[in-house]
Amino acid sequence: MKHTNTFRNFAITLIVGWLAVFVFVPNLMILVTSFLTRDDVNLIQYTFSLDSYLRLFDPLYLKVVFHSLKMACVATGICLLIGYPFAYFIAQMPKRWQPLALFLVIVPFWTNSLIRAYALKTILGMRGLFNWSLMSLGIIDHPIRILYTETAVIIGLIYILLPFMVLPLYSSIEKLDKRLLEASHDLGAGKLQTFWRIVIPLTMPGIIAGCLLVFIPAMGMFYIPDLLGGAKNLLVGNVIKSQFLDTRDWPFGSALSVMLTLLMALLVFIYYRVGKFLNKKVELHD
Amino acid sequence: MTKLFKSSFLFVLYAYLYIPIIVLIANSFNQSRFGFHWQGFSMRWYEALFNNDSLLTAAGHSITIALLSATAATAIGTLTSVALYRYRFRSKAMVNGMLFVVMMSPDIVMAIALLTLFLALGFSLGFWSLLAAHITFCLPFVVVTVYSRLNGFDKNMLEAAKDLGATEGTTFWKIIFPLARPAVAAGWLLSFTLSLDDVIISSFVTGPDYQILPLRIYSMVKIGVSPDVNALATLLLVASLFLVVLAQLLLKDKK
Repeated sequence: MKHTNTFRNFAITLIVGWLAVFVFVPNLMILVTSFLTRDDVNLIQYTFSLDSYLRLFDPLYLKVVFHSLKMACVATGICLLIGYPFAYFIAQMPKRWQPLALFLVIVPFWTNSLIRAYALKTILGMRGLFNWSLMSLGIIDHPIRILYTETAVIIGLIYILLPFMVLPLYSSIEKLDKRLLEASHDLGAGKLQTFWRIVIPLTMPGIIAGCLLVFIPAMGMFYIPDLLGGAKNLLVGNVIKSQFLDTRDWPFGSALSVMLTLLMALLVFIYYRVGKFLNKKVELHD
Repeated sequence: MTKLFKSSFLFVLYAYLYIPIIVLIANSFNQSRFGFHWQGFSMRWYEALFNNDSLLTAAGHSITIALLSATAATAIGTLTSVALYRYRFRSKAMVNGMLFVVMMSPDIVMAIALLTLFLALGFSLGFWSLLAAHITFCLPFVVVTVYSRLNGFDKNMLEAAKDLGATEGTTFWKIIFPLARPAVAAGWLLSFTLSLDDVIISSFVTGPDYQILPLRIYSMVKIGVSPDVNALATLLLVASLFLVVLAQLLLKDKK
């Protein structure tokens, strides 16, 4: 019986220890830092203050927060709109082709996303591939300015994050019981009605997972706006980064992070509730 | 008609995912230094790459970190899944909660949290801080992958092993691990990929003495990446593809 305890205790001690040191303590430190004061020499001064939180209401920062929210929402929405049919069509392919189709979704990850974002930048530039193609085809006669606009940031976010939407969606669509769709047709539901009332609610876990996996990174991803967005298109991530690395205002950077985390927690909670609510509705309709 | 629509839809999306990569590969063979204008096939950027020690060193560091952190995260993550699946313990809720926090908090928040921790501990930033950070952010992905596989098992098998006198360690090595192997492999691959691709967390937790590829590129990007980076990215992509195909073939033979 002694051995039983050795393995069990080893496993539990290791994981609890690791998570306590590298997750619990650092997050707690951010929380504490956000209530302290800035110090030019030692970065932080141990005087309690709410200043950092009050500064969050500065219109300058509120604007950045709303802008980030807007960009992340648009990127997530478009990812869902194009990712859902993408995943759906893959799930409808012959079984032996599906692994290959999914594999092709993952392959881009083996090129560092920074390098890919840079490649995208050369494509979207005034004299890039995109403008060149449109002009060669005679669709436009002057190059369109895309780089350093909101559109470029959205294109970049979608480009980097689309696989995170497609993979969870695929796994929940693939699990869908085909008999339910037949049953729905037999009971006289049209294609659209079946889709809205059966397919969407049943794949809700995938939709939720996909949206979270896209939305959360989209809020904090500082290198996409850095590369594609120009000065007007900062996201919260850029502001946090500059508070830590350039301005060296750690308490304010921490307060921004705490706010971002709370926002995420709130969203996760809402999504979770919506998912539960929809599932209940499905049960009631049974 | 719908079939045509489906195929073209898929084609367009794959094109969206791949055009930047194709442009990058093409540029690595392009004689020209700037933009996409094709000026003839050339291997000059590959030559330049092999003379660019700092870039090669950074790439080597990235691969080292990815291999080590994927392996460690897979080991710790597998133990975590087994513990969550098999045992009841007091800090179980805390473990679940912390894993959830890692998954759900934006990378930038985790980056500054770890930076604060390392500075407070007086830990010098470099190899070890980078490794610890990468293991931590890969961990939940391994746990989710392996745990969902364990959940499909027949628990009676484990009871049988116990009745036959197997210790927990033996049960793990002889029964749980072999059954979970595909998920463990998937978790490793996922971790390796995540580690190699990470920009945000790495840029906070590594120091000047331990340059890794994303940071090296990040510092170049503002002035314009020189095409030997394209050559390097092409080589890394080919190497990863080769490894994955090889792994697939090896796994198939075992069946």
